Parts: sequence; structure tokens; C-alpha cells
Amino acid sequence: MTQLPETTTRKLGLVIDLDTCVGCHACVVSCKGWNTENYGAPLSDQEAYGADPSGTFLNRVHSYEVQPDDGAAQLIHFPKSCLHCEDAPCVTVCPTGASYKRTEDGIVLVNERDCIGCGLCAWACPYGAREMDAAEKVMKKCTLCVDRIYNENLPEVDRVPACVRTCPAGARHFGDLGDPDSDVSKLVEERGGMDLMPEMGTKPVNKYLPPRPKDRIEDQIDILAPLLAPVAEEPKGFMAWLDKALEKI
Amino acid sequence: MHPARSVILFTTLSGLGFGLLFWLGIGLPKATGWIAFVFFVIAYALAVGGLLASTFHLGHPERAIKAFSQWRSSWLSREGVCAVAALVVMAIYGAGLVFLGERWAILGWIGAALSVGTVFTTSMIYAQLKTVPRWNLTLTPFLFLTLSIAGGALMAGEVSWALTLLPVAAAFQVAYWITGDTALRRSGTTLASATGLGDVGQVRAFEPPHTGPNYLMKEFMFVVGRKHAVKLRIFAFALGYAAPILLLTVPFGHWEAALAVVCHLGGVYVSRWLFFAQAEHVVGLYYGKR
Amino acid sequence: MAHRQPQLDLSPKVSDEVRKTTCYMCACRCGINVHLKDGKVAYIEGNRDHPVNKGVLCAKGSAGIMQVNAPSRLKAPLKRVGPRGSGQFEEISWEEALDLAVSWLEPLRQSAPEKLAFFTGRDQSQSFTSFWAQNFGTPNYAAHGGFCSVNMAAAGIYTMGGAFWEFGQPDWDHTKLFMLFGVAEDHDSNPIKMGIGKIKARGARVIGVNPIRTGYNAVADDWVGITPGTDGLFILSLIHTLMKAGKIDLTYLSQFTNAPCLVNADPESDEHGLLLRDDAGKLLVIDRTTGKPTPFDQKGVRPDLGATHEVDGVAHRTVFQHMAERYLSPEYAPEAVAERCGIPATRIRAIAGEIARVAFDEAISLDTEWTDFRGETHKTMTGRPVSFHSMRGISAHANGFQTCRALHVLQIILGTVEVPGGFRFKPPYPKPPEAHPKPHCGVTPGKPLNGPHLGFVHGPQDLALKDDGSPARIDKAFSWENPMSAHGMMHMVISNAHAGDPYKIDTLFMYMANMSWNSSMNTRSVMDMLTDKDENGDYVIPRIIYSDAYSSEMVAYADLILPDTTYLERHDCISLLDRPICEADAAADAIRWPVIEPDRDVRGFQTVLIQLANKMGLPGFTDDTGAAKYTDYADYIVNHERKPGIGPLSGWRGDGDEFGRGAKNSEQLDRYIENGGFWVGHIPDGAQYYKPWNADYQDWAVQMGLYDSPQPYLFNLWSEPLRRFQLAAEGKGDRQPPDHLRARIREKLDPLPIWYDPAPDNHGEEFPITALTQRPMAMYHSWGSQNAWLRQLHGHNPLYLPTKLMRDNGLSDGDWARVTSPHGEITVPVMEMAALNENTVWTWNAIGKRKGAWALSEDAPEATKGFLLNHLIHELLPPKGDGLRWANSDPVTGQAAWFDLKVRIEKAQAPDESKPAFAPIKSPVGTGPKELKWKVGK
Ligand SMILES: Nc1nc2c(c(=O)[nH]1)N[C@H]1C(S)=C(S)[C@@H](COP(=O)(O)OP(=O)(O)OC[C@H]3O[C@@H](n4cnc5c(=O)[nH]c(N)nc54)[C@H](O)[C@@H]3O)O[C@H]1N2
Ligand SMILES: Nc1nc2c(c(=O)[nH]1)N[C@H]1C(S)=C(S)[C@@H](COP(=O)(O)OP(=O)(O)OC[C@H]3O[C@@H](n4cnc5c(=O)[nH]c(N)nc54)[C@H](O)[C@@H]3O)O[C@H]1N2
Ligand code: SF4
Ligand code: SF4
Ligand code: SF4
Ligand code: SF4
Ligand code: SF4
Ligand SMILES: [Mo]
Repeated sequence: MTQLPETTTRKLGLVIDLDTCVGCHACVVSCKGWNTENYGAPLSDQEAYGADPSGTFLNRVHSYEVQPDDGAAQLIHFPKSCLHCEDAPCVTVCPTGASYKRTEDGIVLVNERDCIGCGLCAWACPYGAREMDAAEKVMKKCTLCVDRIYNENLPEVDRVPACVRTCPAGARHFGDLGDPDSDVSKLVEERGGMDLMPEMGTKPVNKYLPPRPKDRIEDQIDILAPLLAPVAEEPKGFMAWLDKALEKI
Repeated sequence: MHPARSVILFTTLSGLGFGLLFWLGIGLPKATGWIAFVFFVIAYALAVGGLLASTFHLGHPERAIKAFSQWRSSWLSREGVCAVAALVVMAIYGAGLVFLGERWAILGWIGAALSVGTVFTTSMIYAQLKTVPRWNLTLTPFLFLTLSIAGGALMAGEVSWALTLLPVAAAFQVAYWITGDTALRRSGTTLASATGLGDVGQVRAFEPPHTGPNYLMKEFMFVVGRKHAVKLRIFAFALGYAAPILLLTVPFGHWEAALAVVCHLGGVYVSRWLFFAQAEHVVGLYYGKR
Repeated sequence: MAHRQPQLDLSPKVSDEVRKTTCYMCACRCGINVHLKDGKVAYIEGNRDHPVNKGVLCAKGSAGIMQVNAPSRLKAPLKRVGPRGSGQFEEISWEEALDLAVSWLEPLRQSAPEKLAFFTGRDQSQSFTSFWAQNFGTPNYAAHGGFCSVNMAAAGIYTMGGAFWEFGQPDWDHTKLFMLFGVAEDHDSNPIKMGIGKIKARGARVIGVNPIRTGYNAVADDWVGITPGTDGLFILSLIHTLMKAGKIDLTYLSQFTNAPCLVNADPESDEHGLLLRDDAGKLLVIDRTTGKPTPFDQKGVRPDLGATHEVDGVAHRTVFQHMAERYLSPEYAPEAVAERCGIPATRIRAIAGEIARVAFDEAISLDTEWTDFRGETHKTMTGRPVSFHSMRGISAHANGFQTCRALHVLQIILGTVEVPGGFRFKPPYPKPPEAHPKPHCGVTPGKPLNGPHLGFVHGPQDLALKDDGSPARIDKAFSWENPMSAHGMMHMVISNAHAGDPYKIDTLFMYMANMSWNSSMNTRSVMDMLTDKDENGDYVIPRIIYSDAYSSEMVAYADLILPDTTYLERHDCISLLDRPICEADAAADAIRWPVIEPDRDVRGFQTVLIQLANKMGLPGFTDDTGAAKYTDYADYIVNHERKPGIGPLSGWRGDGDEFGRGAKNSEQLDRYIENGGFWVGHIPDGAQYYKPWNADYQDWAVQMGLYDSPQPYLFNLWSEPLRRFQLAAEGKGDRQPPDHLRARIREKLDPLPIWYDPAPDNHGEEFPITALTQRPMAMYHSWGSQNAWLRQLHGHNPLYLPTKLMRDNGLSDGDWARVTSPHGEITVPVMEMAALNENTVWTWNAIGKRKGAWALSEDAPEATKGFLLNHLIHELLPPKGDGLRWANSDPVTGQAAWFDLKVRIEKAQAPDESKPAFAPIKSPVGTGPKELKWKVGK
């Protein structure tokens, strides 16, 4: 089990658009809600109303400030959950076989009944995608909502991860990244989707769409200049402007 | 990384225990009967005590048996298998020595190999982790192994071996520290590669995802002040290597030997604490921490 | 070895039942599917069919489950037993609570109804609560709009008969350039995110104008990090640049706005500066074909923008000429404003150029035929795909009204309002400003007020003044100090009541507004005012009744607490009479209904109001025999009629087949529940755009009951109501402002948008840095902190400082700083932020909490590290040396100028906790459990 399957039939995963994510945390909380009630143990919270509240979350939204060589600093909201890596080190390190990658869709899961809570898989994950639940003492991670995406008790349109369904900005996309013709693969192709920490060799399935270039409006000033040519030249003044302007109706 | 006491104790004690078992396995010292019994008790106390300590950090120790199943891929599983094998083989071997006064040399050699193997598998649990560049070094298993064998020699009263091996271990230790200090930088993993935003500009972590702490921050983001680290290294070096060597070279008695062992143990404990406390997990980059 | 993996149940049961209702975690009012297991809430998700959110849900919405089980929920009515502010209460029964309230209220009603001041927070039943107050007879009623964003609402309605807020939206499907001013989150939370997502998916451009680059502004393609308070100047500069280049939509201006109307130029006339009308009162324009003055709405009229019209030797010019004269002036040239706005002139030009390019070169045309109010048929609908949205960033300044007007003028000269790709109204808007009610303040003991409290004034005659000229309302709304305060001025109620100015009141009755904490300015003094005693040892504000659902800071300051249910436990209606949830292409309304039963002794507040009304026999709630008309709020929702056939809900009236207008239907709520909790009525295709002038839309609106007859109108570039106040200030007319206000009214109530700098009044010279707040997308004001999931996201709030200020003050992340305003000081933790205007600091709003509130432990980070900027903001401006204290409000509308706050920063020794610190209040509910493992299914 702990060994990785040679290949998986599909490579289900998420594509996250950093150009569009407004950092609203909707995906964070809907994930918490769905996974508290579903797959495995609830995601618990400690000091829930106290001094140092903390809890298990399978998806968290970071934010980064990026300072280009010239121009204003930018802020980028950055959601992060399990990337369902093809070469998932979290799986191979697991001593019990609790961690595994599914052959049919590549989803990486923890079988909580087998997990001894050693934490090693979290150590092996470069992305911080695994969190040990402090109450249940088992490893929790994004399940890619495996209990939604095939769930026949849900209407077909709703068979997508909770975070994708809820994202108000539409910054999260779900699909088969193993199929070059899927919408998500095309999006990755078009927008130059990227891997996080490619040097780790984990081959993440999830891809990130980079933010589009920003603050370029002034570069267009020359192109736009004729647009703003005054209707009437200064010396002739206001009445000339009025006449000229009104000629256009 | 958060320096969890159970894990530090485990690696320190079991390293020493398996080191001693290694020496006992290859027949140094050539003790039998009561004397062998005492040696074996000490070795087992250390090795098993260490193993037990390590289960304290498991969320579900009652399921620990499952951890033997994944030896094909998991170094942790291999360690478990190896440790049990070593302990079983050495138990039989030890029983021969203690109760029958017989030394089944082949068994001893197998036991010795398994003991060293256990230490090696332990070291590989850390050394395999690309996520912790400071651990992900060839030096890591060498450090663990030389320390374990040198410590074992010390425990076994093999003074001349100890005097040869302790400096070797010390050399690995220093090399490890020096190499380790630049490992994260050399790994090429940066906030830029972690976020893929390096092409846009200089990346800086702004708001953390939650204002509250979380498992990752508690587990992986432990910062030892630079000044403290230097002091602790000096302390670990003095106590773990220099002091035992000194004590072994002065006119020698039981008390000095015991003191040498205690010093060594203390030094290794501090060095192991640093091994964890100074190790930067790359996930810290996401949080603007190391 | 073959890969083995466990067998999973891939189709687990999701829930026993899904109940569809409306979210209340903010005012956006999305549709939600509440999944229940064993009668308990198991999971909440967005309702895909719902017009507002179409399935998506924000963080707060998904966290509703933690709000419904929050340990901070009040459990039973409370009567104060300790001193006010201590938090000591005893639980009483509802009978006792209602009788006590009636024993306070009924004598007031019979003798002096104005001694009751009834003010509500951001609830969504204002048509109902105002109806109650009106029938009680007090003039002292308003909701929170006055301190929220009345500038935005009023400027929009006076200018174009509808506003941004949640009353309109960009044409998300067609717009190609979207420009956002001063928005962090807004009421239309999910729709804005969905809209930005759509624009981004098309690769269209978003420009964010905001001193702070987070959230929407972070995804904006271009960020304009403007100096706070200068948007008006920036916008007027865009107008200048566009006008100068002739990049304005002259056809639109001449047909649909009062640009061609003629401004009375006779200084002797009582109507000087007003627009010329014919004898029937119709606005006159000069027809280009005939050259004659003609009523604006005649068929075939071609209004001449450049006309001059001479009467009795006085030449009257068009509004358009006045505008051109003002805005072509070099004082608005990009170079002239760049430094003050903190935006390079090239950038202003580039933005103007891009706006012009998209509006005119990328214009779109829909093949939809429509007929205008003049009876002319147009084959197509021209779209100028530039759209704007804006909220408190420009409105919560003392120059906000005029700035919002300027933005609308910009939209209008571009011809981007109510056209494809531009900005679109949502029903019941558009509506001419004259179609709104006017404020009423006629009090008769024992009788209802003579009309609705709030509304739109059109001149001095409409002000709410007593015979002696003093304000009739406790908040001084609709007085000369802020004549056009369309939403009232909730932020002045407590200080005016405490000062007995303009008069003393007896009972302050508040509903869901945390007025002793995050919604008041000058928080510490407000606490003092609420607890202050007179020389007899009696409280200066004698009685306070408050309704909250949770253990908020305000609870401690009331004498009687009427505990509300949570949003999943009550009936509610989101009505077209109120702040509706419509879309630009549809009318819509919705309900809430008890999807779970309360497990505490609490009652829906609206039902409690009905019970109080019934006990007092309030007209409107009882018939001639004194018998109650409504038993509870659900009954009211179904059976109340504003006008015959018009009730709170528009869907399924009559036999269930009438919409908008129709008889009551006793099964109406069931129909709503069957339909997912809402009703949508689509606007016919040809009526989708050009609504103020589109005959088909006007007919549809009449049929829907939005108005009684078609109401086409012209956009008011020139605002006559403003001019009428100016005229009074110039000495014309019989209602005259007090002398000390004349100059201000003359200057600030200009009928064409102007810009003035609010900084000097706030001692900007000495305090050069602007301090702002932003709403976190995942928290709703103060409530988020009681939510176990949300408080992990924002458990404390640093003050963000731009890099330069960090350096200048030798600060690094985690240090503390003392922040001083002309009014007070706070000491708080700081963090660096580079993507920030360099003279601006900011923090997340309302994260700081009082110890003892919200069922949090006293060492909760919200109480020890969290803080409010409110301590630095006073409801009055610092003294000017003229012996008067001027309100920290917009002089036109009375909007609280939260964002004019000016401060100084210096490094401070790290204290134990943020300063000022307050003593804990005793919690009426205790504190919550340590650990949560919330799972209701097995
Ligand atoms: N999640 C969430 N949603 C909410 C609320 C909430 O508490 N939480 N509250 C609701 C309420 S009551 C309201 S009133 C709305 C308000 O919604 P918003 O209007 O979005 O309110 P604020 O968060 O106050 O945002 C004001 C924005 O204006 C910017 N700003 C300040 N001064 C200036 C200026 O001079 N120029 C420009 N261009 N920008 C400026 C600030 O940086 C900030 O981004 O949100 C509603 N929606
Ligand atoms: N510094 C600064 N201060 C500001 C602002 C700012 O931008 N900066 N913004 C201002 C604005 S625009 C606003 S609108 C105000 C908002 O400030 P408030 O109106 O005080 O808003 P809330 O904190 O949401 O508090 C409302 C109260 O309603 C209670 N409540 C919640 N749900 C229910 C319910 O179902 N029933 C009842 N009866 N009560 C309920 C809550 O417990 C809370 O006590 O803050 C203002 N204050
Ligand atoms: S829900 Fe969407 S927009 Fe919001 S934080 Fe998550 S990915 Fe970003
Ligand atoms: S992201 Fe981490 S947890 Fe997920 S598959 Fe990759 S390594 Fe494993
Ligand atoms: S924590 Fe559980 S899943 Fe992770 S490695 Fe250990 S046993 Fe495997
Ligand atoms: S796919 Fe499901 S489990 Fe994974 S982050 Fe999204 S909601 Fe959470
Ligand atoms: S925006 Fe969020 S909190 Fe507001 S109503 Fe919608 S889902 Fe609820
Ligand atoms: Mo507000």
C-alpha cells in the first residue's frame, strides 16, 4: 500500500488561479465544514474560545508580498492544500500503509484506522499539506473530497470538492490533469500553470496559475495618446471646445 | 523542527544501546555470565528504553504493530523490523553468553550487523527527507553510525577503540554542522520556488493563513537563536567528545569511565537536540519562518 | 507486489434533509442549503439556484454552523441587577420582560413619544422596524446607514436615482474595464467576487483605487494607491481629461440627463441656479431642430447641450456649459492634482485614456429593440463596457457625498449607466429621487407619526425642524447641520441623548448594534455616557432596552435584554420594500424560516416587537376593536399590506399565481420554502437596460408594484436640492439656516460636484498619517470572534505600516507603537506592509474585543492584542477655535467620517496588552468549551 502505484488511471487535482484568488478564505472554511462532518474523524479545535485557538485545517490561504524590480509591491493570496503528488514522499515514508495513493484517480489519502500518528508523512511533505489532529491523534489531509466527487447522493453538478464548489471568485478548478484535453489541462497550458517546489521532485498534480503581469497601464500611454488629444487647442478656449465637442453629435 | 523530547531521547539512547549491542555482538569485551548479563541489561535498557520513548510520540501506540508492515518503502518500518530482529537475535546470542557461557559467534556477528543496521535505518528516516535539507545529507548516517559505535565502544569499555572512534565521530559532527549550516541554501528551495512567484519579484511572507498557531508551526517552525546555537554546539562538543577523550586518556578507573559515559550521553543529547532544533523544514518558508 | 488499497464508501449519505433558507452572516443574504442530521445542522453550502450567490458561499456563510452553536448565545431575557456596564443580570421570563418594557414605553407613547429613541443596526427588516416606530409615534428612528455609507446611497439616488451599495451592479457579463474605488468587501460580498472572477476569466482589466492593496485590490491589474480623501480630486481630473479630449457621450448626455437643461442665471430670482421649467413644472430644454424651449420629454425633441436661452435680457446657459466651464479649468489637470492625490500625472492620463478607449473604441451593441419614454424606438442598445463600483472608501469621508457625486458624473458623461457593459440598477431602482418619501417628524401623543421617518429632502421646506428651527430629531438628522441625512445619524444618538441636545429622552431602544464598542466613535466616552448619572444619582439616559442574540459588549449597558434567536431559528423576510436582493435582470425577495428550533428561551426580535405592539395596542398592529392583527412575524410577513396588494413579499400572491401586486396568500411562506426560500421575477428582455427611460421597463415596474405609474426621469448632473439649500444660505426663502452654517452650506452644497480637503479640519499638518480600517472578508464586524473557526483566521489585528514608516520609526514586525490622534492614543502591535500608500496605516476592523464579552476567555488574543481604532475617532472634530464643535461628519448627509482619521506614530515599549485596556465585564453566558469535535452524524 505504502508503495506508490506505478501509474494512476487519472490524475485528479486542483488548478488554483493566483491571478483571481481574492484571499477570502471561503475555501478554507467550507473545507473545514465538509471534512469535519465527513471523511474520518472531525477536524477538531483546541482552545476554541481561549487564549491560543488552533485547529486542524486541510486548506489554508497564505498571502505574500512580491516586490518587482520596479513598480509597486504586489500582494498575492495563496491557497494551499495537498497537491496529490505523483511521487508523493508522504506515502512512501509511511510505516503502516495508512498513507496511500489511489490507483484509479491518484488521490492521496490516509486510512485513519491504520494511522499510528507518527507524523513522519507530515515531515516528508514539503508543502505543509498534512496536519495531525490534536484530538484524534491521526493524520489529516485534503481528501480531494473523495466522498463528494463520486457521491451518488449528491446531484451530479455538486460532485466536485467543497472548496471548488464554494469559491466565490472561481479561482479553483477541479479535473483530470492526466488528460491533456480536460478543461483544467487546457487552462494550465494556456496560462502557464506551474508546480510548487519542482526541485523536490514530488511532481505535484495540483497546478498554480501565475498572476498576470500588473501595473502596466502607463506603458500604454503612447498608444493611447491620440485618444486624449484635446478637442480644441488651448488658445481658442472654452467656446471653441464647446463648438467642436458639439459637432460630434 | 520542534525538538520533541521523546524523539531525542529515543535516538540518543537507542543509538548508544545498539552501539553497545554491536560491540557485544562482535565479542568485545569477551564477557560471559554475570558480567555479560550486566552488559546486556544496560544495552537492552538503552535500546528498548529508547524504542519505548519513541512510542510516546505516536498518536496511537496501540497500533504500533502496523508499523512493521511497510519495510519495502518506509525507513521507519525498516527501522522497526531491524530493531526487533536485532533485539531477538541478540537476545538469543546473549542468553548463550549469560546462561550457557557459549558464544555463538555467527549469531553475534548477525546481531551486530542488525544493530548497526538499526542505527542506519534510524538515520535514514532523517537523511531521506528532502524537506529538511540539514538532514538530507550523506553525512547524517555517518554521524549516527560513528556516534553509535563510538559510544558503544565507550560503554563496552573498549578504551582504545573508543579513543580511535570518538575523534572520528567528532570529525563527522563538526563536518555535519558546517555542511548543515548551508544545506538549506544549497538545496535551492526558497520562498520563490515554494510559491513560484520568484519571476514577479522578491517574495516576502505577509499575513499568515491564520493568526492562531497550527500543527505545522508547532512541529516544524522552531527557531534557536544563533548565539544559543553556537554555545550549545561548543557545549555538545566539549561534553560529548572532548571530555570523554580526556577522561579516557588520564589514569583510568571505574568512576572516570562512568563519568566519561555520562558526559558523552549528555553531549550527544545536546547535539541531538540541536539536530532537531536547528533543522529547518522547507514548509517554514511558506510561513516566512525557518 | 500488487498495489492494495482500502475499499472506501464513495457515496456516504450526506444528510437526512436539506432545508433552504437565507444566510445572515452578513448583509449579502445568500441562499443556503442547510444539511441536517438528526435535526441538527451538519453542513451549510450555497444554494445553486439562488439569484445572489448561485451556489457559492463565503467563509462566514460556511461557518454559520459555528454561529448557531456558539457558546455566546444569550439564553433568556435579562434584567440588569448590578450597575450599568458591569454585566450583572438576572434571567427573567418573557412575560416579565414584555411587561417591563411596556411599563416603560406606554407612558411615553401617551405623553411624549419622542422620548423613545429606537435605533437598529444592520438588520434587514427596516421597513418593519420603521413601521413599528411610526406607529409608536416617535420621530426618533433610524437604522445604521448614517454611519455606514449614506453618502454613497444619497449621492447615487440624488444623482441617478439609484446607488452602488447593493442597489446596482456592474454588467459583469459584458464589462471590459472595471474600476473599483475604496472597497474592501462590501455588502454585495459574493456577487462582487463572482463578478471579478468573471472579468478575470475573460482577461478583462480591473483597476483598483485604494490606499491598500489587499483582496480585490490585490487581484486588480492596476493598483492606484491613492492618498486617502483625494478620490474626488482624482475623479474630477479624469473628467477634465475626458472632457477636454471630447471623449464623452454627448448623445447620452443630451437625451438622458439634465445636461441640456437651462440654469436660471438671474441673481435676483428666487430660483437663481435652479433649472427652468414650463408652467406645468416640466424641465425645459432647447430643441436643436426648432431652437425653441421645449419640455424635455416631448417626442422627437433633440435637446441642445450648447444652447443659451435669453429671458428678460438674462442669458441662461445649459448645465453642460456650466460643467464644461468648471471641469475644463486647469485646476483639474492631471499635473495640478497629481501630488495631492499621490498619483503621477502620466498615470491619471493613462487611466483616462484606457477608459476612453474601452468606452468608445470597444463599444458594443446589442440587437435589442427598445422604446424610450419619448416614444422613440431604438434598434439597438449601445454599450460602453466600462463599469465602476465603490463603497465606503470614498463615502466615509467628510467630502464623501461630493466625491460619490463626482464618480456618478464620470459614469454619466461616459454614458455607462444602465447600458450594456456599464453599471446597472437592481429593482426597485431606478427611481427618481422625487419618488422617495420625505422625512416626517409630526408627533402627536398616542398617535402614529405623521409619515415615514426617513427620506429624501428636496429643499429647506423638507427639513425635520421644530417651529423654533431646532432639530426635531434626537440625532439632528435633516437639520441645517446635515440637511440631506437620508439615513438618520445613529452615531450621534447616544452623545446627543447624553447631552440633552436638542432635548432629553427617556428610553433608548436598540437592536443589533454594538454601540458601546465597535460601531461607535469615541468608544470610551460612549461607555461613560451610557453609565453617567445626574445630580440625583439617576442615569442620564434613564432606560436602555437592547436586543442582541449574543453576549456582545453592548449587552452590559442595557437595563433589559430581549434575546434574539439565531438566523436559522426564525422567520425573516428580505423584502423589496427594504434592502432587496434583486439582480439587475430580475426582481427577487426571500425569507428565512426556522430550519431548527431554538433550544433556549429566546424569541425572534420582530415577533417580540409585534408582541409589544399588541400589548400597547399600537395602531397598525391592532384593529378598531384593539384586537391584534398579527400573532407573530411570520403572520405579519404574509398578511401585512403596505398598499392594497403590496406586501412584504412579492412572490406567490393571490392564489399563488400573482407576483408583485396581488391579494394575500396564506400559503405564501410554504411556496417560498418549496422554492428554496426565495422568489425571482425576471425583467423582460427588451427592458433589461436603459431602465430609467425604457418604456417596457417602466410598465413592468408598475405591474410589479414598484411604482404606481411610469416614472421616467433625467439624471441629475446638476442637483437642484443642493442648490435650494445654497439659495437659503444666500438669504433666499423663508426657512433660513443659522448664520454660523451659511458659509459652509454655500460652499459644500454645490449643485455640481466639488472636492475639498478634509485633512485641515483633522489637524493633518500635525498628524500627517491617515489611519484606516478594512473589513476582513472572513469576519463580520464583531460577530466573527465568537465563531470557533473564524477566530482562528483573525484572532488579533496588527496595525499595518508602510515600509517607510517602519524604517523611519525604527520598527520591525511584532514591535509596538503608540498611535496618537487629535483625540486620543492607543498602543498596539505593528507589522510591515509594502503594498500600501506611504502615508497610510491600517488594521482589520472590529477584531479587538472587550474582556468578558462573546464567551471568550479573558486572555483571548482579541482582548489582549486586538484593538479598535475607534478610540482615536471622535464624533466631533477637534476644536477650531471658533467656539463651536463641528461634527466629524459629511456636511451634506451627516455620514460619519471614519476615514478622515489622522494620526502620528512612534515606537513604544511593548506593554502587557494593547492600550487602552478595560476592566472585564461579567459574562451572562460564561465561556465556551476548550475543545471542539463537532460532528453531528455518526
Ligand atoms: N466580510 C465582511 N463583509 C462586510 C462587513 C464585514 O464586517 N465583514 N460589513 C458590511 C458593512 S456594514 C459595510 S458598511 C460594508 C462596507 O464595505 P467596504 O466599503 O468594502 O468597507 P471597508 O472595509 O470599510 O472598506 C473600505 C475600503 O476603502 C479603502 N479606503 C479608505 N479610505 C479611502 C480613500 O480615501 N480612497 C479610496 N479609494 N479608498 C479608501 C480602505 O482601504 C478599504 O479598502 O461591508 C459589508 N460587508
Ligand atoms: N473604526 C471603524 N469603526 C466602524 C467602521 C469602520 O469602518 N471603522 N464601520 C462602521 C459601520 S459601516 C458599521 S455598519 C458598524 C457596524 O457595527 P455594529 O452595527 O455594531 O455591528 P456588529 O458588530 O455586527 O454588531 C451588531 C450586534 O448585532 C448582534 N447580532 C448578531 N446577530 C444578531 C441577531 O440575529 N439578532 C440580534 N438581535 N442581534 C444580532 C451582534 O451580536 C452585535 O452585538 O461599525 C462601524 N464602525
Ligand atoms: S475561496 Fe477562492 S478566492 Fe477565496 S481564498 Fe479560496 S481560492 Fe481564493
Ligand atoms: S502535497 Fe504533501 S501530502 Fe500531498 S501528496 Fe504531496 S507530499 Fe503528500
Ligand atoms: S502519521 Fe499516520 S499516515 Fe502519517 S506516516 Fe505515520 S502512520 Fe502513516
Ligand atoms: S478538495 Fe476537499 S479536502 Fe481538499 S482542500 Fe478542497 S475541500 Fe478540502
Ligand atoms: S456573503 Fe457570506 S456571510 Fe454574507 S450572506 Fe453571503 S454567504 Fe452569508
Ligand atoms: Mo456598515
